[in-house]
Amino acid sequence: MDIPYTVSVRPDTGVYNAKLGIWLFIASEVMLFGGLFSAYVFLRTGAPVWPGMMGGEMYVRASDILSVPMATLNTMVLIASSVTMVMAWASLMMDDFGKFRRYMSLTILLSFVFLIVKGFEYNAKFSHGLYPSESTFLAIYFTLTGLHAIHVIGGIIVNSYLLGPGSKLWKTKPKQFTNRIEIAGLYWHFVDLVWIFLFPTIYLL
Amino acid sequence: MADHAKDPTAQDEHQLADTPPRHPLPATHDHHDPSFWRKYIFSTDHKVIGIQYALTSLLFLFFGFCLVMVMRWQLAFPGEALPLIGSFFGESRMPGGVMLPEFYNQLGAMHGTIMVFLGIVPLAVGAFGNYVVPLQIGAPDMAFPKLNMASYWVYFLGGVVMLSSFFVPAGAAKAGWTSYPPLANIETMGQTMWLLGMVFLITSSLLGAVNFLTTIIQLRADGLSFMRLPFFVWAQFVTSFLLLLAFPPLEVAAIFQLMDRLADTSFFMPSGLVISGEALDVSGGGSPLLWQHLFWFLAHPEVYVLILPAMGIVAEIIANNTRKPLWGYRAVVYSTIFLGFMSFIVWAHHMFITGMGTSISTFFQITTMIISVPSVVILSALFLSLWGGSIRFTTPMLFALAFLPMFGIGGLTGLPLGLAPTDIPLHDTYYVIGHFHYVVAPGTIMALFAGIYYWFPKITGRKMNDRLGRVHFWGSLIFMNGIFFPMFIQGLAGVSRRLYDGGSIYELAAPVLHYNEFMSMCAWLLAIAQIPFFINFIMSIKKGEKVSDNVWEATTLEWAAAPSPPVAHGNFETIPRVYRGPYEYSVPDHDTDFLPQNQP
Repeated sequence: MDIPYTVSVRPDTGVYNAKLGIWLFIASEVMLFGGLFSAYVFLRTGAPVWPGMMGGEMYVRASDILSVPMATLNTMVLIASSVTMVMAWASLMMDDFGKFRRYMSLTILLSFVFLIVKGFEYNAKFSHGLYPSESTFLAIYFTLTGLHAIHVIGGIIVNSYLLGPGSKLWKTKPKQFTNRIEIAGLYWHFVDLVWIFLFPTIYLL
Repeated sequence: MADHAKDPTAQDEHQLADTPPRHPLPATHDHHDPSFWRKYIFSTDHKVIGIQYALTSLLFLFFGFCLVMVMRWQLAFPGEALPLIGSFFGESRMPGGVMLPEFYNQLGAMHGTIMVFLGIVPLAVGAFGNYVVPLQIGAPDMAFPKLNMASYWVYFLGGVVMLSSFFVPAGAAKAGWTSYPPLANIETMGQTMWLLGMVFLITSSLLGAVNFLTTIIQLRADGLSFMRLPFFVWAQFVTSFLLLLAFPPLEVAAIFQLMDRLADTSFFMPSGLVISGEALDVSGGGSPLLWQHLFWFLAHPEVYVLILPAMGIVAEIIANNTRKPLWGYRAVVYSTIFLGFMSFIVWAHHMFITGMGTSISTFFQITTMIISVPSVVILSALFLSLWGGSIRFTTPMLFALAFLPMFGIGGLTGLPLGLAPTDIPLHDTYYVIGHFHYVVAPGTIMALFAGIYYWFPKITGRKMNDRLGRVHFWGSLIFMNGIFFPMFIQGLAGVSRRLYDGGSIYELAAPVLHYNEFMSMCAWLLAIAQIPFFINFIMSIKKGEKVSDNVWEATTLEWAAAPSPPVAHGNFETIPRVYRGPYEYSVPDHDTDFLPQNQP
């Protein structure tokens, strides 16, 4: 017997199963990053100077040690990828599979750009001997951004699957495939949103 | 009811709905059975996964119990060689059969971890939830069957990692099940394994929670509104929310501790830490309190994860065996929801002696007193349900009845721990151990046994033996009390928990230490009392008395899913329709004393 409401919407709840599932998953992710941000607040309020001593020098502003221009660029890149993700879904809704492929490729490309920029940032820190063990600030910086980067990688894997082998579903069950893109999109917007909170919290405040 | 299911028009609908089958459907008359691996090992059928969870978690419960039985030898006879089996543990753990302190600490930490995360939660949620919830809501399966399978196997991997940690250099985690830093940060490799194991278990329960919530919200049968759900489903529903939202902060804590251990960060390491006379080479600036906050943010809701499914099981059994509706169904449901919310803002009552400040303590004392109200409402409603009922003293009912006073003792002894002035002298004594074991062992575990006896006929089509069941019941009840009640006395006398020698070096403990021998005897006798259960369980699968599909004359939908066990991948011949609330027992002017939910 098939499971009901995998594709169609249940009338009294107004969603199909996977859409509810991804929202619940995002709720759990909110608690994950909520815990991380709370830990950031906890450690920072307990520190005499923030960010404090690193590599023998005293820093009083996070923007003195982190590269704000690079992070701003990355913010733009991620927001753009969110837009292309919506466009990929909208293309499917308008029955245009070719356009979907272009927008989805662009989304994945932008995700890679984000990771590459991030890689340059990390490298700049490592080359100055600034490792997570150097200070509490760097520890939370690397942990928070590292976990976010893992989420980006997760998104790349899902989106690449949906662009590649997963897209065969379009021929047999277009509605279900469109749903999958919508769900991947919801996740991707969440990853984007986390960065939008992360950027000012760590780099600017 | 069976007649209704065989309604000819319903049959036609069923065949229409079934085409085209995506898998070879293993219906009763179909001979295209899937392979052994697909059917029993990597099955996506919620009933098979439920049984996998049940067997695995029962084994872990037994293993965790074995750990504590070895510990109890050391507590009863400190420094004496363990006869017969002592030499099997090897020179690095028990040289000459005498337990080393390090090994004692491993046993303690792993007993707690295994019982909570690998035993009770997987049994209460993974096994009972998986098997019963889809049946009770009239669903063909869980909403995401593949995810369901993944969640079992991730749990299994987590268990393997935890078990294998006993065999890494210097053995398993030794910093207690709470893994407080800085001690846990400077622990040996076993602690890293513990953290990795926890990451697996957290992932598993996250997948499970998403699945349960989606299933309950989306797959309820027609007519099954939220206020017609059996209380067991409500209990699983709130439990899943707690798992979904409380576990991620522990994951954060585990990641931080992994970073501290592997990348030398100082999340939990304060500045100027000196260990064995040497200053530690870390950057400092972290806080051990941060771990405690993140840990207890999970671990307090976790208490309700342990108890709510048990309450759900007890509610089903009490309504069924008193032959009357559950007293105050709505009040119980609202209390459960309120309990779920409140459980997120009481965590720091575990931390009164950390010096976090009196105003914060005040806040958490107030919330703790508030959260006791819904617990009392639920327990009182279960007690009041007995009033005026014509009680059937079946084996599951005996266990369910025992749950009430046992959980009552566990809950009431918790009140002094929720108030700072009384908690401070009792903190970290055996009183605390007695308190939470009363909640979890004679409380939850009794309810889980009740559930096994109650749903066994649905799972196998056969009933477990009542005579053996009674022996198992009385043995378990008496010996559990024999173990845990003296802990209150020892704790009030000031005996600290986690003492390798059971407190024999402390003069103040001397008057109450003689209980240790008695408690240990009870622990070993409790193991013997499980033998009738083991025999009963194994024998009844093949040789138990064959019983009808609705052996307890119950009203909820799982008993409408005939035959027992219900058909694989689908459960119902046709999805039932629900016409009434869950506990319509002894309705006046009816031939039978029960009205099933699906009877028009």
